[in-house]
Amino acid sequence: MSTVLKSDVQEARAASPSGGGPAGLKLSTRLARLNIPGGLGGWIWLAVIILPVYYVVITSLKTQAGYFGQNPLAVPTSPTLENYQMVLEADFATYFLNSAIVTLGSVIPAVLVSFMASFAIVRGSGRFLKLVNGAFLMGLAIPLQATIIPIYLMIIRLNLYDSLLALMLPSIAFAIPLTVLILSNFIRDVPNELFESMRLDGCSEWQTMWRLALPLTRPAIVTVAIYNGLNVWNGFLLPLVLTQSPGLRVLPLGLWTFQGEYSVNIPAVLASVVLSTLPILVLYIIGRRQLLAGLTAGFSK
Amino acid sequence: MTSTLSTAPRAQLGRADSAPAGQRKAALAWLTVPALFFFLVFAVVPLAGVLILSFTSWDGIGAIGAAGMDNWFSVLADPGLYNALGLTFLIMIFSWLVQTPISLLLGVFTAGSQRYRAALAVLYFLPLLLSSAAVAIAFKALLDPNFGLATGLGLPFLAQDWLGVPHLALGLVIFVIAWQFVPFHTLIYQGGVRQIPKSLYEAAQIDGAGTVKQFFHITLPQLKYTIITSSTLMVVGSLTYFDLIFVLTGGGPGNSTRILALDMYLRGFRANLMGPASVIAVILVIIGLVLALLLQRLGGKDKQGSQLEGL
Repeated sequence: MSTVLKSDVQEARAASPSGGGPAGLKLSTRLARLNIPGGLGGWIWLAVIILPVYYVVITSLKTQAGYFGQNPLAVPTSPTLENYQMVLEADFATYFLNSAIVTLGSVIPAVLVSFMASFAIVRGSGRFLKLVNGAFLMGLAIPLQATIIPIYLMIIRLNLYDSLLALMLPSIAFAIPLTVLILSNFIRDVPNELFESMRLDGCSEWQTMWRLALPLTRPAIVTVAIYNGLNVWNGFLLPLVLTQSPGLRVLPLGLWTFQGEYSVNIPAVLASVVLSTLPILVLYIIGRRQLLAGLTAGFSK
Repeated sequence: MTSTLSTAPRAQLGRADSAPAGQRKAALAWLTVPALFFFLVFAVVPLAGVLILSFTSWDGIGAIGAAGMDNWFSVLADPGLYNALGLTFLIMIFSWLVQTPISLLLGVFTAGSQRYRAALAVLYFLPLLLSSAAVAIAFKALLDPNFGLATGLGLPFLAQDWLGVPHLALGLVIFVIAWQFVPFHTLIYQGGVRQIPKSLYEAAQIDGAGTVKQFFHITLPQLKYTIITSSTLMVVGSLTYFDLIFVLTGGGPGNSTRILALDMYLRGFRANLMGPASVIAVILVIIGLVLALLLQRLGGKDKQGSQLEGL
């Protein structure tokens, strides 16, 4: 029965949109017609997304006088970069560096340890591994923000309060459940014959993990790395609670304090918003196909 | 699908030469130790810790003292708790009601093969990149009655005191949450739609089913597990909308957007009452677990098995 199902699925995949065969073509017109409300909604939603983005970008290029004088949605008559200069002078380079350190310092270990755990969960057996898997799955259901008070206490007792390491350790722990779930789904898809042939070649499980499972799940690893990276990069509660010195602010926290200090200068505040998003935007432009395809596959499994 | 195919021979093999295979598999357990270490120390221990702290009194700096049930009695008798609980559920329900249809339709829409749809999708996902702090700050500026969208578009009804009137602030919070999170759920639905076997639609076409019928009889039922996944993430996620609301409204005006997570933060780190704040945290954890279990049950069976059946 499974073979029948399998061939069905393969046929369906062959006729999938990207294939563009006659079946695919007919189907896509079908989908298009299905979607008149979807299509209309699609353009409306585009406006809902783009309008705020447009407003933020053009306002950040306005002078104070332009902000008060011009129509809010008009393109600035004399665009200026002085807001950006001001933001950069407000130590945003430091915030950027801190964010980068915390993000890399959390994501690399989180993905590494999760990958090893996923490999063990998929390839191994026994009560212990089942228990571990169950614990991680339960971690998905728990709003981990609720643990912030004990984490604050532990970080103080560990003498890590007001350090970047204080942000990394809980970030790693919070990232593990979802990362393990997604990676183990992908490792499960590696054909068993490949594992068997590795075993027959005399490779240990350790070698199999690095030489077979790692390269084959590379797209999934990149995906979870990006997803976790976004979460850590944009995280706000941990830095708010666990750091104090201006020199250790990460971008979202820097953004928040900046808007508190410069609340009268909206163009400068919005320039800080643009500047803090720019690095991520560049990464998105480079890796969007990988990110979108990976997230789709990861969550709809 | 591949997992069912691969488990069978693996099990047989284990029996065939059980000693070495068994040893290999037992040794694998060590690979979980690093992940387990981080998870235990910074997730499980704090989870136990928050329960313990709910029975203590602590101002965040000084010594921690035992408080028995005092925190629980005082928090449970505090109308503030019920306000926060009500708001949390209100935002959860409305967020779900707003986001699910939009994400579902956009997911079906972006799953289509047309080029322009792919281009639109790239723009749709922009909000995914922004931090909640950035989104909240942007919307604050955008909603300025004089220098924001209302004047720009010439739509006077947009010129409200959005952050000053309780029900407007609540509506705004729900809208901004949707703005930020719809892209993510659209992505999930897009993936779900792409996995629906095309043969189902072909069969329906032959049977003469119209497009609306196809949507309700094929697309929706086939997306059942996608809907559950997305809803679980949405509902459990709604317990943690802390950053956005903190920066956007700070819980105000008054306490009209003070949801549980914010209530916990303000009690703990602003009023320096860590004990009562821990009580709120425990309540948050319980709600999260109960909701996740309920949604799992709604899906019937365990996720793995049911998804296989879906194919």
